[in-house]
Amino acid sequence: MGPGTFQTIRAQDMSERTIDRVAAATPTPVARKIKGLSDRAIAWIFVGPTIFLLLAINIFPLIWTIRLSFTNYKANRVNREPEWIGLRNYERILTDSDIWLNMQATAHFLIWTIILQVLIGFTLAWLINKKFKGNDLWTTIIVLPMMLSPAVVGNFWKFLYQPQIGLFNYIVGFFTGRDPSSFEMLGQVNLAPWSIVIVDTWMWTPFVMLICLAGLRSIPDYIYEAAEIDRASKLRQFFTITVPMVLPFLMLAVLFRGIENFKMFDLVVQLTGGGPGSTTELTSINLKREAFEKWRTGYASAYAIILFVTVFGLASIYVKALNKVKER
Amino acid sequence: MSSYSVTEPSRRMKWVAGVLVIAYALITMVPLAWIALTGFKSPADAISYPPKYIIGSDSEAGFQPTLEGYVNLFTTRTRQTPEFLDANPPETWADDIVRQYGMVIVGPSKFGERFLNSVIIGFGSTFLSVFLGTLAAYAFSRFKIPLADDLLFFILSTRMMPPIAVAIPIFLMYRQLGLSDTHLGMILLYTGVNISLAVWLLKSFIDGIPTEYEEAALIDGYTRFQAFYKVVLPQAATGIASTAIFCLIFAWNEYAFAVLLTTANAQTAPPFIPTIIGIGGLDWPAIAAGVTIFLLPVMFFTILLRKHLLRGITFGAVRK
Repeated sequence: MGPGTFQTIRAQDMSERTIDRVAAATPTPVARKIKGLSDRAIAWIFVGPTIFLLLAINIFPLIWTIRLSFTNYKANRVNREPEWIGLRNYERILTDSDIWLNMQATAHFLIWTIILQVLIGFTLAWLINKKFKGNDLWTTIIVLPMMLSPAVVGNFWKFLYQPQIGLFNYIVGFFTGRDPSSFEMLGQVNLAPWSIVIVDTWMWTPFVMLICLAGLRSIPDYIYEAAEIDRASKLRQFFTITVPMVLPFLMLAVLFRGIENFKMFDLVVQLTGGGPGSTTELTSINLKREAFEKWRTGYASAYAIILFVTVFGLASIYVKALNKVKER
Repeated sequence: MSSYSVTEPSRRMKWVAGVLVIAYALITMVPLAWIALTGFKSPADAISYPPKYIIGSDSEAGFQPTLEGYVNLFTTRTRQTPEFLDANPPETWADDIVRQYGMVIVGPSKFGERFLNSVIIGFGSTFLSVFLGTLAAYAFSRFKIPLADDLLFFILSTRMMPPIAVAIPIFLMYRQLGLSDTHLGMILLYTGVNISLAVWLLKSFIDGIPTEYEEAALIDGYTRFQAFYKVVLPQAATGIASTAIFCLIFAWNEYAFAVLLTTANAQTAPPFIPTIIGIGGLDWPAIAAGVTIFLLPVMFFTILLRKHLLRGITFGAVRK
């Protein structure tokens, strides 16, 4: 190693610093091209894997489902060649009266859970927003149920709902004087649809509450101060300021709950399994029966597509309405 | 009072609001408290009427706490002849508990295994979701990507599909690829489900970081990549951590895919817990013990997350 080597290193060092100086002096986009990958390349390297995974786990299966929906494929008979039967699956589903019963059960569940959760959730948020001492602590406690596993929640509510030995029946009996073994929340046709509404409301009211609370906290004080100067009554302030300003938040909460409850499966399957009869057989549960118990894969695929299109269509219309409310 | 504010609720209003909210919170906790309590009962006490709720009391409403539920949850037991029991005295306190039913512990139950599966699949998919999600969210937040809004909506819309609808082709696909009932299959699946949440949530956090820092770093000679991991990542740490917890909780709680796509090897705890059978039917104390153990970590993480809870559950749409 002679002095020459040293020279070279130093020279390289110098030239690197020159690049640095040039880079600093050039406009940023040009500088980025000199040093490392271009932004565009980085953008695609960063987004690529995510898109790939979504394609593999979500989109490819969706396309496969669409293809299967035109066949009479049965997944438990691998060797039988599936036949192409066109729209016959769709036709059969849309004219099947049982499926309309499942849709009705889903609608009952959807509508009542949303009504109850909005009423209780908003009231709670409004009360919490009165900023009493310790409201943070109690909010955290109230929020706990919604983070739990719906299947496990369904499982232990089944224990609470047991006739004779269950805590729910005991408490109802204690307050109303009815015999705790005289009614079965999960076993009676008239009560079972309400049993799932009660558990879902217990679990998800905090979600609506949290969103409403964010809405209430987003209203600036000066609006109320101005209303006070105008001598608007408290009731009038509530209906002309509080409600309209919370409405976009509330609508967002309803959107989330609506989508979630339309595809409800785990909680209800653990709680009632769709019974008694098929009174609580929501569409997802029925779909699971068709696909994984009766193994009518093609038929179930068509069913899945119909459900997906329904949710997607309803959600898109709803989002348009939501954006209109936001613009006001 | 020196200052008067029209927006400050009156003292009476606060008091009433406080009482009502606390009452609701206490009522909402009753089912959870009941399950925790049932975990410490004997099978007979668990299904007695009227219910027993006073720990350690001899009164009609009282019961003696026992770890029987937990022992039954973690062990498998068989009935033995009195001669065998006499010849082999109990070795541990757990042995003592099962001896009163004329049984001996023969080995661990499947609960530990299932719980471990939940941990492996939960953490594996969380790591992948957050890793890929952070990269994608950064790109969506900082670069001009053609059709970015459509892509983002597409990412979100994948959440609208009922899990069963996705499960049909996944089931067929995994059967062909040999991924059914494997940890890898479940990790990839949960990542595919959680990535939409991760991207949206992380984008909302990264959008909140001013771009000036990175621009300064770029001018100082950092490459884009260096600016990303030396400047942006440390600032996004809170967001990344809370996103990770959300992904973990969702993977932890997932049931529909788990029950349809796993049977033994990679089955997680949620499909397993409801199937715990005891003598003459469901073993409620053991189920309650399993539920308690399964739910406690989630409660802990929820309390940890409380400041970012809203953002997480609304995909970053609502920020406080």
